[in-house]
Amino acid sequence: MAFGAFGGSPATTPASDAAPRRGGLIALFLLLPGAAYLSLFFLVPLVSLILTSFQAVDPNAFEIGKFVYAFQWQNYVDVVTTYWPHILRSFGYAALATVLALLFSYPLAYVIGVKLRRFPLLQALALTLVIAPFFISFLLRTLAWKQIFSDEGVVVTALQALSLLGPADHLTGTPFSVIFGLTYNFIPFMTLPIYTSLERLDLRYVEAGGDLYASPASTFLRVTLPLSLPGVVSGTLLTFIPASGDYINASRDFLGSTDTAMIGNVIEANFLQLQNYPAAAALSIVLMAVILVLVGAYVRRSGTEDLL
Amino acid sequence: MAGGFAESGADLELVGISKRFPGFTAIEELDLTIPAGSFFALLGPSGCGKTTTLRLIAGLEEPTTGRIYLGGKDVTDTKTYRRPVNTVFQSYALFPHMSVIDNVAFGLRRRGIREARALAHEALKLVELDHVAARRPAQLSGGQQQRVALARAVVNRPALLLLDEPLGALDLKLRRQMQIELKVIQGDVGLTFLHVTHDQEEAMTMADTVAVMNKGRIEQMGAPEELYELPKTVFVANFLGQSNLFTGPVVSSGKDSIVVDIGGRKLEVPRERAQRHAGEVTIGVRPEKLQLHGAEPKAAAGTNVLGPGRVTDVSFSGVSTQYQIAIPGLGTVSLFAQNRDVGAVLREGAEVWVSWDVAHGFGVADDPADGPRFDPDDDTRSIAVQRREKLEAELEGA
Repeated sequence: MAFGAFGGSPATTPASDAAPRRGGLIALFLLLPGAAYLSLFFLVPLVSLILTSFQAVDPNAFEIGKFVYAFQWQNYVDVVTTYWPHILRSFGYAALATVLALLFSYPLAYVIGVKLRRFPLLQALALTLVIAPFFISFLLRTLAWKQIFSDEGVVVTALQALSLLGPADHLTGTPFSVIFGLTYNFIPFMTLPIYTSLERLDLRYVEAGGDLYASPASTFLRVTLPLSLPGVVSGTLLTFIPASGDYINASRDFLGSTDTAMIGNVIEANFLQLQNYPAAAALSIVLMAVILVLVGAYVRRSGTEDLL
Repeated sequence: MAGGFAESGADLELVGISKRFPGFTAIEELDLTIPAGSFFALLGPSGCGKTTTLRLIAGLEEPTTGRIYLGGKDVTDTKTYRRPVNTVFQSYALFPHMSVIDNVAFGLRRRGIREARALAHEALKLVELDHVAARRPAQLSGGQQQRVALARAVVNRPALLLLDEPLGALDLKLRRQMQIELKVIQGDVGLTFLHVTHDQEEAMTMADTVAVMNKGRIEQMGAPEELYELPKTVFVANFLGQSNLFTGPVVSSGKDSIVVDIGGRKLEVPRERAQRHAGEVTIGVRPEKLQLHGAEPKAAAGTNVLGPGRVTDVSFSGVSTQYQIAIPGLGTVSLFAQNRDVGAVLREGAEVWVSWDVAHGFGVADDPADGPRFDPDDDTRSIAVQRREKLEAELEGA
């Protein structure tokens, strides 16, 4: 039996005195593929990106898109002074989308992970429905929302009929549709980690809360929520980090307009259209640094290191 | 009740409680009164409905029928968090994300009591764990967690404290120690304790009153000695300690005693100690009440004699030795003999007689066929069997 090999039968256990040294070597050996993978696909591109971000325009070339290696740190000053509204907008949109996704996902995850525990079939069905959107490309789904929010679509016509929207107003190309798209696209990434936390939640703690004079609301705030915090933290990270670098929802071809361009759209334009590689690279580094600082502060603040 | 402490324990009264779950009935028509300030034990095998009873009182389940009164007030429809009741859970259920002191102060804070922290420290001192107040529950040993759970419940001075097999996870020595501590704490704080357990020894050593529960009903209730000396049903006779039971027809019925024919032998039982006085009856005697004889004892008034039989098993357990004696036509009789001499007196295969004082016999209300003989895991015989199996496994491994 192939599975028997993983059973760790006593006969194959190495002699105890040789175990620690060999264990260390084996651990190093097992780390090798991971380390190789990381250096090849993360470290090398990162170094290349940093080098590119300091490049200067090639003085001898006449066509655009030619650069030489330099230490032109002004690239950073330039991009930040030019694009700071986009940087702010990115993090603002991402933060708003994260909060909205959390407000939507937590109750959803709670119902699936706690209330549906007694009905495993329903629980499995509900989970499948959460994952179901992944079966369709998110580009297509986002385009579908563009259609729904279009000026001839049901939503706009209905809102105009109710005079909630003026006759000249649109939904597409507004911050609303971009944040909506971000929220929508990241809801599964928010729901699944929270579900995992809540699904493991020992309901005896909730009973103990009630037994100790805590009302259901108080029990939720002081017992259920803190115990599901690891899920909330990973869900918000899984949403906030990709959302702040997203360039699909905010692009003009999808739900956004030039007024809603996020930092991802700027990087895309600089890399692919303007061929200003140093600016794009510098922006990427800035984006990464800001995310690192924000996430680090967030994880430290939430105090969930020992629960993670 | 929120905001104040109970001055003392309160009476608990269950009237006509039943609880049906889809597919089975956990409790049938249960009536129970627990006087204020008493230490009451609900004893029964797993699945007998004792934990469900506890959960009903705590408000974690709703009864299908019946009412629950606490201190004369109907609390049947009162929500859990409004009941002046606290539970020490079997799993302790200490909040893992809070320190020990925050766990203990939790109930006080929810009720808005100002000196929550000071009172919590006091409660921790009571269980001698104030020095670990800042730690997390996961950093404590099982026994310490158990004591924190107790402090967390006791600190609220509930009218009624529910203990759901709180000592089940502890080893024997720690369990004994905690049993004594619990009893002392109960005396100190004067609360009503309701202790649910399947450990008959625990129930008997700790409680003032024990109720033996079986299949959703209370079979018998009373002081531990009373229950042990005079069991009224086969289940109680076998669950609370061990019994030798015999079934036969009543052949004569006197003023003070009845005589039962057991496989041709006449056995006498005091009239007031027998539940039934005519027809087929089941009588019994505790193994430690039996006397062992190497030769046939002289028939004497006031003594029942069985024999001759053969010793089929001898198991030595320190204080006493347990003999299994096969008596032809009667089956096996179990006997405990104090080890006053050195070593076992009789070997397997020896021919023996047993006798007992008529006053020690009892007659139960039902037949052994009504309920299967039940051996709790923690009776002496099971422990002996387990030890032997463990030893054999060890010897094989060596």
